[in-house]
Amino acid sequence: MSAYLHAFGAHLPDRIVTNAELAERTGKTAEWIESASGIRERRWAAPETSIAAMGVAAAESCLKAAEFPTNKIGMLIVASGSGARGFPGPAAAIADRLCLLSVPAIDLPMASAGSLFGLALAMRLTETYGDILVVASEKMSALIETEPLDPNTAILFGDGAGAALVSSRSGRWRMLDAALHTDGQYREDLACDGTSLRMNGLTVILQASRKIPASIEEVLGRQNLSAQQVTAFLLHQANLNLLTRVAKALNVGPEKIFANVQRYGNTSSASMLIAATEWAETNPGKGPIVFSAFGAGFHWGALVADSED
Amino acid sequence: MPDSNRSQRLRKLVQEVAGKPAPEDEQESLFESGLLDSFALPDLVSAIEKEFAIKVPDSDLNPRKFDSIARMDAYLADHM
Repeated sequence: MSAYLHAFGAHLPDRIVTNAELAERTGKTAEWIESASGIRERRWAAPETSIAAMGVAAAESCLKAAEFPTNKIGMLIVASGSGARGFPGPAAAIADRLCLLSVPAIDLPMASAGSLFGLALAMRLTETYGDILVVASEKMSALIETEPLDPNTAILFGDGAGAALVSSRSGRWRMLDAALHTDGQYREDLACDGTSLRMNGLTVILQASRKIPASIEEVLGRQNLSAQQVTAFLLHQANLNLLTRVAKALNVGPEKIFANVQRYGNTSSASMLIAATEWAETNPGKGPIVFSAFGAGFHWGALVADSED
Repeated sequence: MPDSNRSQRLRKLVQEVAGKPAPEDEQESLFESGLLDSFALPDLVSAIEKEFAIKVPDSDLNPRKFDSIARMDAYLADHM
């Protein structure tokens, strides 16, 4: 199997929602919000902005970074857990807007871990379908911005989209291995009925703080790699305190865990690819990189790739 | 069965993780009272594993099992 990551792309709405704004609306203080989550601000899309529109913008950003023509895409995978519509999901709309009129476009209606599952599937499918564009787009504000705001969720989430191009053609990072898992017994502890979101934070954090490091060690172990050898960990940006805990569990310095949750909040499935985009644009360096996510379901896992010299 | 020595050791762990005195009432919810939050819970479970030399499997990582000193004591009584 040969699969490579070629490029990433992201889109974030213009509107910045600060902790000060949410403090007024939730009865909390801005300082409490930052200490509980590490988040200072997040982006919320305009009411008329759709999940598909943000996904298209991220897709175009990714294809531009890859210098790859849209009409050569062989498959589209779209992760989104915040869509209110049952079917069709946003994959059809994004394919249409990208003028992909006959390639398969698959929806993964998964929050948080959706982009990781998308990358892992693309890694396995690219030899058959050619270049695969993985998109994750979330409009979490539509689920949490209902008065009165629930301080447990309103402070955490933001809107945005990310994308990655996976190909069997030689590229920037070779995808080595992935581990995906699901435990459905906790499916009601983080759930959305299409209009509102509910979360049992105790269960989510307790499970995530164990399962994220375990899945990372699982894929690294299979590749005879240690966490200390990894150049960067590109994780689902759920909460800065959780990212710090993962670094501690893996016995690596916090600087190895790329974090932008401070500026964008938790953008669910989009967050990992938005993080990857910013990391790749700055100073990616050489060596192994690890993706990992945990989310509603619970679904979780990890994927390891290595730079091509 | 409840064990006074074990519950004292649990009380000490709760105080260490919370940085505040544990409640006198062993039935009191440590989370509803605000003594512990979601990020303290993984620390508490790790501290219990170390103190009592056990491994709490993922299938037992349910906050209800660690909601009070009495519940933690009951869990340990079943697993030690």
